[in-house]
Amino acid sequence: MVATKSIQFIAALAFIFTSFSAFAGGSDNGQPGNTIDTPEEIKDYIAHHLKDSHDFHLFTDNESGTHVSFPLPVIVWTNDGLKTFMSSAFHHDDNGEVIVEKGDARLVKLHSKIYELEEGATSINFDEENHPTNAHKVLDFSITKSVFGMLLAGILMLLGFGALARGYKKGHSVPKGFARVLEPLVIYVRDDIAKPNIGKKYRKFMGFLLTVFFFIWILNLLGLTPLGFNVTGQIAVTVCLAIFTAIIYLFSGSKDFWAHTLWMPGVPVILRPILAVIELIGFVIIKPFSLLVRLFANMTAGHFVVMSLIALMITMKEAFGPVASTGMSLVLALFISVIEILVAFLQAFIFTMLSSLFIGMAVEEHEHH
Amino acid sequence: METLLNDFSVGLFIMQAVILLILILLMRKFAWKPILDALQSREDGIQNALDSAEKAKLEMQNLTASNDKLLKEARAEREVLLKEAREMKETMISSAKEEAQVQANAMIAQAQAAIESEKKAAMAELKSHVASLSLEIAEKVVRQELSNKDKQEALVESMLGEATLN
Amino acid sequence: MYNLIGAGLIVIGGGIGLGQIGGKAMEGIARQPEAAGKIQTAMIIIGALLEGLAFGALILGA
Repeated sequence: MVATKSIQFIAALAFIFTSFSAFAGGSDNGQPGNTIDTPEEIKDYIAHHLKDSHDFHLFTDNESGTHVSFPLPVIVWTNDGLKTFMSSAFHHDDNGEVIVEKGDARLVKLHSKIYELEEGATSINFDEENHPTNAHKVLDFSITKSVFGMLLAGILMLLGFGALARGYKKGHSVPKGFARVLEPLVIYVRDDIAKPNIGKKYRKFMGFLLTVFFFIWILNLLGLTPLGFNVTGQIAVTVCLAIFTAIIYLFSGSKDFWAHTLWMPGVPVILRPILAVIELIGFVIIKPFSLLVRLFANMTAGHFVVMSLIALMITMKEAFGPVASTGMSLVLALFISVIEILVAFLQAFIFTMLSSLFIGMAVEEHEHH
Repeated sequence: METLLNDFSVGLFIMQAVILLILILLMRKFAWKPILDALQSREDGIQNALDSAEKAKLEMQNLTASNDKLLKEARAEREVLLKEAREMKETMISSAKEEAQVQANAMIAQAQAAIESEKKAAMAELKSHVASLSLEIAEKVVRQELSNKDKQEALVESMLGEATLN
Repeated sequence: MYNLIGAGLIVIGGGIGLGQIGGKAMEGIARQPEAAGKIQTAMIIIGALLEGLAFGALILGA
């Protein structure tokens, strides 16, 4: 009962926020004062949103052309060493026009990436495909929006589950308040995801599985808020998650697992090396790849669809009139947002489920006949 | 694929790896371990309670079963005792009867023997009586004979006739 | 242009696959309602695997 109510609440919240973010979105990457109303601009805007960004953009006042945003710290490793400054130094420029000089390094921001200009270059040059020719990417440890989102999710998790853990320590055998909602989720992950797939040795992997499950779920849900996080839609994030899973199941593989992977018993000897190669590629590359691509593509597609539907109110304005297009976009965006809430959970569930399935494959001990 | 590789940020990857690692360690220490331990102990407690209830039920069943067994045994014992007593009674009665019979027979035999001997004694006495009587009679007769010859003879005749009857 | 045609083909293939999985799972649940939970889990896992395949193809193509 509580769960359905909170889901309804979250759905309502997500709806309000998603529609709000459409209005507030305004101009992000364009020049100050420009409203976004052509399909190309909308496409650019969505593409920009799907990327990571170095500041926390709230909205743009179109009248005065001012951006309202929080700057986030930029930490980059350049040829001249580690440089830190606030992202406000770029003045919301995203086209490589504003050059920030720090020591010997001259940095520009181009499509949400920070580039360092080569020696002697004074402005950034592009080839035909719009790739910079006289600048290279730097190692970027900035607290970007995604990193900020991850930290936020981490703090939320520590607070929420820390409270649950403290409740138990105080001697309440049944948690109170919000922790009451969290406990069944923990039990759900343990009993419905870890135990059936891993078996007896599940306890060792609970730390990873629970953390990853709630981490992905919270970040997916944060992505539905108008704050505009798209953390799980960053390929680097999903690559990292998948590599963690791969490392865990490759390093906890039992003797049986390796025996079956590298020298499959019960198969003609000639086939065994071929099978070993196939299995190895499967476990080392294909399985992590499918994990990371699934999460990335689902979240990116979800954001893309929601934003496209919100953009309907602009693109369809001429065909249907402002009221009808806005209404249509609201209804459709609401519908997709509700589905996205389901997807947010489902992707966290599937990632954890498949991780535990692979771990289960690796730790399983076969009975010898 | 190309745009994706272009979008891949090594810095973000490293940040994510560090954050995730720290988060896993922190959560394990401060959240998951106590939570899972508490859940485990709670479930163990419930399981223990259920088990002990089951055990108590089993014990109860055992108890009633053993009670029943005891009752049955007691009943069987009573039965056996009763049977033994009945048998004893029977044997006692029969033996008593036999003894009585034997004694009675002996007494009867004794009595008969006594009667026989009495009879013999009586017979002997009677004979001696008869002899003395007949002597007396003979005396008397002799006396009368001496007075009257005819009569004497007649008397002897009759006397003798009477005497042979006995 | 060819990318888009390829994407369309991938979506058709994935759709057919997901439809098959969903349909068979429904049949299974209708036949054995008590096994609904297990069937659902298996369905989601297989759906996820298929989805991974389709997304992999989409990403490689895009």
